[in-house]
Amino acid sequence: MDNIRIAPAGDRALLVQFEQKISEEVNDRVHGLMDAVQKAGIAGVGEMIPSYAALLIFYDPEEINYPGLKGEIEGLLSMAEGKSEGGKRLLHIPCCYGSHFGPDLADMEKLTGLSREEIIKIHSGVDYRVYMLGFLPGFVYLGGMDERLKAPRLATPRVAIPKGSVAIGGSQTGVYPLQSPGGWRIIGSTPVEFFDPTREEPALCRAGDVIRFIPVTACDYYDIRQDMLRGRYDLKITEVFDGD
Amino acid sequence: MGIKVTAPGALTTVQDSGRTGLQQYGIPVCGAMDQRAFRAANLLCGNDESAAVLEMTLMGGTFTFTADHVVALTGADMKPRLNGEEIENYKAFAVHEGDTLELGMAVKGCRCYLAAAGGIDVPVVMGSRSTDLKSRTGGYQGRSLKAGDILEIGRTGTALPESSIKPQIPDFPRSARIRVIEGPQEYVFTAAGLETFYKSAYTLTDKCDRMGYRLSGQVIETRSGSDIISDGIVFGSIQVPSSGQPIILMADRQTTGGYAKIATVCSFDLPVLAQMRPGDTVTFEKIGVEEAQRIASVSGL
Repeated sequence: MDNIRIAPAGDRALLVQFEQKISEEVNDRVHGLMDAVQKAGIAGVGEMIPSYAALLIFYDPEEINYPGLKGEIEGLLSMAEGKSEGGKRLLHIPCCYGSHFGPDLADMEKLTGLSREEIIKIHSGVDYRVYMLGFLPGFVYLGGMDERLKAPRLATPRVAIPKGSVAIGGSQTGVYPLQSPGGWRIIGSTPVEFFDPTREEPALCRAGDVIRFIPVTACDYYDIRQDMLRGRYDLKITEVFDGD
Repeated sequence: MGIKVTAPGALTTVQDSGRTGLQQYGIPVCGAMDQRAFRAANLLCGNDESAAVLEMTLMGGTFTFTADHVVALTGADMKPRLNGEEIENYKAFAVHEGDTLELGMAVKGCRCYLAAAGGIDVPVVMGSRSTDLKSRTGGYQGRSLKAGDILEIGRTGTALPESSIKPQIPDFPRSARIRVIEGPQEYVFTAAGLETFYKSAYTLTDKCDRMGYRLSGQVIETRSGSDIISDGIVFGSIQVPSSGQPIILMADRQTTGGYAKIATVCSFDLPVLAQMRPGDTVTFEKIGVEEAQRIASVSGL
């Protein structure tokens, strides 16, 4: 239980902080604890927000008070040498790179010294872990981008980045689930909805998932978009195991 | 059967107890800022305490009813008038088809709640009727109300509910002592920084909205900057960015944030804060989590 700190976040939530660094190992422990808390079915525990290296647990103090819940969590931490069981979901995300789908791809060639083909190959050649969701509904914080694609944010952020934009900001990459202001550089766009309030599960991804970008042509983009809007598009989801 | 907006006021939105259960997907809670006044408004007109209401901010609206309804107003005093006659806050009253309810500038408090028997009937989006202004979902077309909007009300009729509760009308202080629980990242601050936070007064700036309150006062010193690895935040988290000026996160907060949180406002003092306005001042008093939970268990409406 070294490096773990439990502290109140007000009178209705508790924060479990693991070693404060961004790593797959630490993030696995966050999800391991979240699974364990869910399975334990502790009365009074409500929703949880997992992040890179912490788990925020909401609870009803009328059912369990702070010392009571802290004790339960300590018990779970000592038992589960935190790793979530089983494989992880791998979501295959179609992405159309360049042209009006990715208006900053040309600038990215200058900034990185790579050709657009190389940028696409590198960006789509890595599997990204969803460390957490936040900022906007369905916005994924991804880890694992190749450092060669690192690029500074735009000096003047755009007023409106279109929904579905796949973009790079600093050493991070992500997908805009909604139209939003933003300073990341847009290299492509996905026809897949990362957030849809009418879906049973409104956010496409869950923290702990893995995503892979699959380059598609503009024609494919529009075909998938049509299917998506008609509810006929089945996103390819496979399973990956650690060490794969 | 409903309510027609003649003038919307400064910022009027549909809100309920909030959109919970989806924060792990980045979906914010939203909901009424002053949950105590919100619940009282519902109970006064015989609703379930979590029914959807209208939340008005600083300047109230003018509304015309399109049928007979039972209505209650709570929270900020916006000098309500029904067909020109003054009416009381914190008391259910009947309205008839064609009646006009007019609210003005808040003379006390900041947010006024209008509940109607049967609730304000807008579609349920992801389990809630609350408006999320940032992602333009929920509430009435995902936005604040405009003149000409017509909203449905769940039930018609003018029979006042039989056993009515007697909520306490708050005194809406312009300067308040807000009780907080220290942490979860108090270790980011120096001892002097923590002392500054607890001993000096902070003023609400004009950058105070449903998302958060930016305060101004003495700079809170950190050990080596206030950036942390982003983690989850709650209603009432007090984060201190590198400027050293605290920000209290309110109903429309994002689900996660990357600034250290020095303390968290106790749930029972959030309604006090929700009724304060730019220019008002607060001081922070530290209490223990167990004491806070004891106080919470006896603090009713």
